[in-house]
Amino acid sequence: MPSKAGARLMQGNEACAEGAMAAGLRFFAGYPITPSTEIAEELALLLPKAGGKFIQMEDEIASISAIIGASLAGAKAMTATSGPGFSLKQEGIGFASYTEVPCVIVNVQRVGPSTGVPTAPAQGDVMQARWGTHGDHPIVVLCPSSVAETFALIIEAFNISERWRMPVVFLMDEVVAHMREKVTVPDVSQIAVAERPRPQVSPEQYLPYAAGEDLVPPMADYGTGYRYHVTGLTHDQTGFPTTKRIEVDALTRRLDAKMRMAAPHVTFVDEILVDDAEVVVFAYGITARAASRAVRDARAQGLKAGLIKAKTLWPFPDEHVRKAAERARAIVVPEMNMGQLVREVERAAAGRARVVGLSRVDAEPITPDEILARLREV
Amino acid sequence: MAMPVSYYLRTSKMPHIWCAGCGHGIVLGAVLRAIDSLGLDKDQVCVVSGIGCASRAPGYLDFNTLHTTHGRAIAFATGIKMVKPEMKVIVLTGDGDAAAIGGNHLIHAARRNIGIATVCFNNSIYGMTNGQYSPMTPTGSYASTAPYGNIEEPFDLCDLVYAAGASYVARGSAYHAILLWKLIAKAIATDGFSFVEAITQCPTYYGRRNKMRSAVEMLKWQKEHGVTVAGAAKMPAEDLAGKFRIGELGARTRPEYTRRYAAIIDAAQRGEGGERDA
Repeated sequence: MPSKAGARLMQGNEACAEGAMAAGLRFFAGYPITPSTEIAEELALLLPKAGGKFIQMEDEIASISAIIGASLAGAKAMTATSGPGFSLKQEGIGFASYTEVPCVIVNVQRVGPSTGVPTAPAQGDVMQARWGTHGDHPIVVLCPSSVAETFALIIEAFNISERWRMPVVFLMDEVVAHMREKVTVPDVSQIAVAERPRPQVSPEQYLPYAAGEDLVPPMADYGTGYRYHVTGLTHDQTGFPTTKRIEVDALTRRLDAKMRMAAPHVTFVDEILVDDAEVVVFAYGITARAASRAVRDARAQGLKAGLIKAKTLWPFPDEHVRKAAERARAIVVPEMNMGQLVREVERAAAGRARVVGLSRVDAEPITPDEILARLREV
Repeated sequence: MAMPVSYYLRTSKMPHIWCAGCGHGIVLGAVLRAIDSLGLDKDQVCVVSGIGCASRAPGYLDFNTLHTTHGRAIAFATGIKMVKPEMKVIVLTGDGDAAAIGGNHLIHAARRNIGIATVCFNNSIYGMTNGQYSPMTPTGSYASTAPYGNIEEPFDLCDLVYAAGASYVARGSAYHAILLWKLIAKAIATDGFSFVEAITQCPTYYGRRNKMRSAVEMLKWQKEHGVTVAGAAKMPAEDLAGKFRIGELGARTRPEYTRRYAAIIDAAQRGEGGERDA
């Protein structure tokens, strides 16, 4: 039951909740935490109207666990949290990744580590979103930079999660989560919604972890006659535990190959004035808004600047950086952390362009002027 | 009993991982006989577990089965039950899984009174990791991490879960296998959260360190120390020391959680309530 089409003033967290409903969310489990709480409050109101279910669990770990159970029972499922809660959910995220259970985990980043500044923005969880759970694992991380983008991108998060059977981390920041902007809600007929692949064979023939050409195994809902086993232990195509080296190897390699196959379909990057740019900013989240302004100001001053705005952080958009690095003399990477994605940009640029970071960690967003000054230096 | 136990087993997944003399097979047999006596459709049964020896049970069962992370089985099961309230959701767990790392989920599921039946295989020890003491290890017992004797007091798990709000709590043992089956059947049939503690033996890691080297000795211990609820009522408290009560320890009618939520959906869809600042 998506909200009515048309223009509305929305808060970022509200857009996250409304977008999730439009994507077909039917189960949410969460635990109160600043600055993500409005997502839970909104969904407590919206879900039952659509016949969906909301539950406030006893803790963050229970919440991630409950959404995985709900997803196995057939519902599109999500949880939302912030810093400390995201740390607590990591084991569950690994379980969802290894067992290929679709689910969306929203993390509204705040200053950390530990309790940090709960009400202030940061972008310190970028590497944790990629590598927070133990072991090799595929994961997609999306990051919106505006309220309108939050609405559109959370729908993509569900579509990717369902289509490719993997958890998607939706990495917001406190500014995007709490600011209010115009969102033009499309008509429901204009919203593309993906469903998970379901088995086309009889229960007798069903192999729950046998994948076809797209490397995604069809997924049966519990209670539909396909009685199968799901375990966080390393498993073979039948879903049962294995320690055979060839099968252990095959599972990790298939999941990695699936991520590579999905990559072109899950990579969302906006390139703004990059084609003739001498200096390029690589930015994401609220920082990309300041960068956009800085690029315009630089152009007004005669400096050919461009912006790579990454909406997909993982898989990292190597190709966009590589191409920009071939033409530009420098890439500036402003981040509200001590330098996380700057190292990925350096790796992808591979020495073709100078890569310069810009860190701000005082609980305030980076300003356009700070980025502009760095653009003029390089 | 309509079907043999093997009807509910994935026999191709045998042999199981449990040690010789382990009581878990007896408890699992009681679970399957309970399911059979209720005539449940296998497709509509979901068995969820956490981590540990007991939690390996679902892999051998021909139902919808889910082997989750340590301590979290009840939380996963909550998501399943919420989405499919018509399914019978059963959690199989151990004493470490349920009472230590999963203790929070256990009491909160009981408080909500969500329709999940939980069977706790209590062997007083962490068997899978070679015998460390658990919250259910008796005071004074030895464990690999209690080489001087355990100085902690165990929970009374049934009292704990009943105090937290469960509709039904009971205790049986591997020795009292037929009673255990009947208790588990009642638990599964309960409309609300139900909990059965099954005292079982781990000769490998508990018995060996505590002067009960064989399964037979441990089953005899269960026989001699289990006291029926009726029997316990007639005994002076000092005679009950070191014994455990078996049978139905609590049963009451309270609204079940998913039914309550269904009423929320009805109200929301009628446009009633849902005010932020009423």
